[in-house]
Amino acid sequence: MTKTWKTYQPYALALPQTLVFLLFLILPILMIGLVSFWQFNGYAMVREFTLGNYTDIFTSNVYVSTYLNTFKYVLLVWFFCLAIAFPVAYFLAFHIQNQSLQIILFLVCTVPFWTSNIIRMISWIPVLGKEGLINSLLMHLNLVQEPVTWLLYSDFAVVLGMVHLYSFFMIAPIFNSMMRIERNLITAAEDMGASGWQILREVILPLSAPGIAIGSIFVVTLVMGEYVTVRLMGGGQSASVGKLIQTQIGSLQYPLAAANAVILLIVTLILVIGILRVVDIRKEL
Amino acid sequence: MNSSTSVAPSEIQPMLNQLQQELSAQAVGVTLRNVTKRYGSFTAVENINLEIQAGSYTCLLGPSGCGKTTTLRMIAGHEEISSGDLLIGERRVNDLPPTQRNTAMMFQNYALFPHKTVWENVEFGLKMRQMPKAERASQVNEMLEIVGLTKFADRKPAKLSGGQQQRAALARALVTRPQVLLLDEPLSALDENLRVKTRSELRRLQKQFGMTFVQVTHGQDEAFALSDQIIVMDNGRIDQIGTPSQIFQRPVSRFVARFVGDNNIFMGKVREVTPNSVQMEVEGIGTLLCCRENQPAEVGDSAACSVRSDSMSLRPYPPDDLNAPNQLTARVVSIEFTGYVTRVSLLSEATGAEITYKARSDDWMKQPVAEGQLVSLSWSSDDCVFLAH
Repeated sequence: MTKTWKTYQPYALALPQTLVFLLFLILPILMIGLVSFWQFNGYAMVREFTLGNYTDIFTSNVYVSTYLNTFKYVLLVWFFCLAIAFPVAYFLAFHIQNQSLQIILFLVCTVPFWTSNIIRMISWIPVLGKEGLINSLLMHLNLVQEPVTWLLYSDFAVVLGMVHLYSFFMIAPIFNSMMRIERNLITAAEDMGASGWQILREVILPLSAPGIAIGSIFVVTLVMGEYVTVRLMGGGQSASVGKLIQTQIGSLQYPLAAANAVILLIVTLILVIGILRVVDIRKEL
Repeated sequence: MNSSTSVAPSEIQPMLNQLQQELSAQAVGVTLRNVTKRYGSFTAVENINLEIQAGSYTCLLGPSGCGKTTTLRMIAGHEEISSGDLLIGERRVNDLPPTQRNTAMMFQNYALFPHKTVWENVEFGLKMRQMPKAERASQVNEMLEIVGLTKFADRKPAKLSGGQQQRAALARALVTRPQVLLLDEPLSALDENLRVKTRSELRRLQKQFGMTFVQVTHGQDEAFALSDQIIVMDNGRIDQIGTPSQIFQRPVSRFVARFVGDNNIFMGKVREVTPNSVQMEVEGIGTLLCCRENQPAEVGDSAACSVRSDSMSLRPYPPDDLNAPNQLTARVVSIEFTGYVTRVSLLSEATGAEITYKARSDDWMKQPVAEGQLVSLSWSSDDCVFLAH
């Protein structure tokens, strides 16, 4: 009796989580996959097999350029997040000697998360808008005659909003990696004559690579599926695959939306696998 | 080091000889003059004067927080000096960065770069010095050959044993041809057996290369086994500088006497002073005759003296002459057999002091004494060292 229980115990413990995953993750994905091969007659789904949804996506210039636009967002947001997060994490990890101050400053980085995403996005409008803070200032100083229009409802605004939202997801893992770097290693590098830049390049950067990789996975997957920021900050001007899917769902084109979702999922997975190929993150987990 | 330095294959021997000549020719001493290190209001090292001979092995010995590591880091250039002068050879190096001091440091836990291979680790210092690639490669290969790590050149440090890591760290430190090698507790990461073995290898290497080694340690055994000169530090000051046998046989202070081993310390009043002896009166024990070298002593001073636990003799109570100096009566509390030595704890009932006595186990077994028995301990005045502070 005890022996049988011992054998089944691990399976029993894993069962609830497995069921949750099966029911709420695997099953819906399979359903989306299935629906993506159904037809749409303009009013409703028809349960008949077709590859039409996929061929539509790959042959339409609008769709392809939407994908390219999404990649552009991913690249820009990833780049700026990294450009902000690395120095911030470096400062926190190596320049703040006092441990409690370090923790306080790290928590300060989380302050933006104390309000909801949407409110934070909307708060940009009075700053960036035509009659917003920045434009009023520029006009007041006579630097421009007409309000600058590309500040809001533009790709610039979309990237700004997403960098604002996601840089913390880059800061946290990089900071974590840097805190694990033995301080002796830096002294040793100095002892052997490395300059500040050389220490950064030869020691700190390679040893924080796992953190950069984890942060990149966060940022890339989040931006790939983004539609709220694109809608709020881009106005009607900007497009992303996430927003496309949302629009298609709004007009009940479920098969097409499902096909887009499947492609998006596959592309995101390829990106994640690519990152994992470059950097070994196992020692960080 | 095992296979390569002791029985070197013929192709290594010329390299080894050349390295040996280069290193011993350029070895220099280190001098500290009134060196002080303050962190805000805290003084880590106070007014240290120190002379380290070229080609010698010096250990900075003391408990944690005594300032020994700070002193080493000041010599290396990783800590600034608050005041005083630091000379490496004839050069004043107070304001020079670590690389321009011609020192190299071996760190506690080795501080090998975990993301670089052994080869890249050894190459690092040369690369930072912008040595041309070809020259770099030949020097790294040669050094790996000398420490016997050629086969492991492509491994990451995590894939090496403790002893191999130690050799990699040594290769990395020596490849830049330093004039002084600074070692920060280099043996503390090793287990007991390997530590003793590596210790003698370090010593042999130092002698072979004729280099100046300065090592920080908190283990007296390590300091005794390695050093030409030991510097005992306490609270940011130097308590005593001497050879291992001087430190062991003639401690100058209560701190040194306590730190270097099982010394019995007696407190009393100075009764009589001659140029090479002091007579002390210790309450509950009686008269003690101590030898004195040049420690200051005044009649009437409160002072202390120290007797090594292995230089006393133990006899059954009562002694022949109850009034003779340098003897005390104590009861055996416990007996520990530790192998070569048997260690006996006793209690002096007149003073309440704990006394430690050590004897060779063979001698002890010829005339064993049971726990609880009253015995008489005595010693010669040559073995009773007067302590100035």
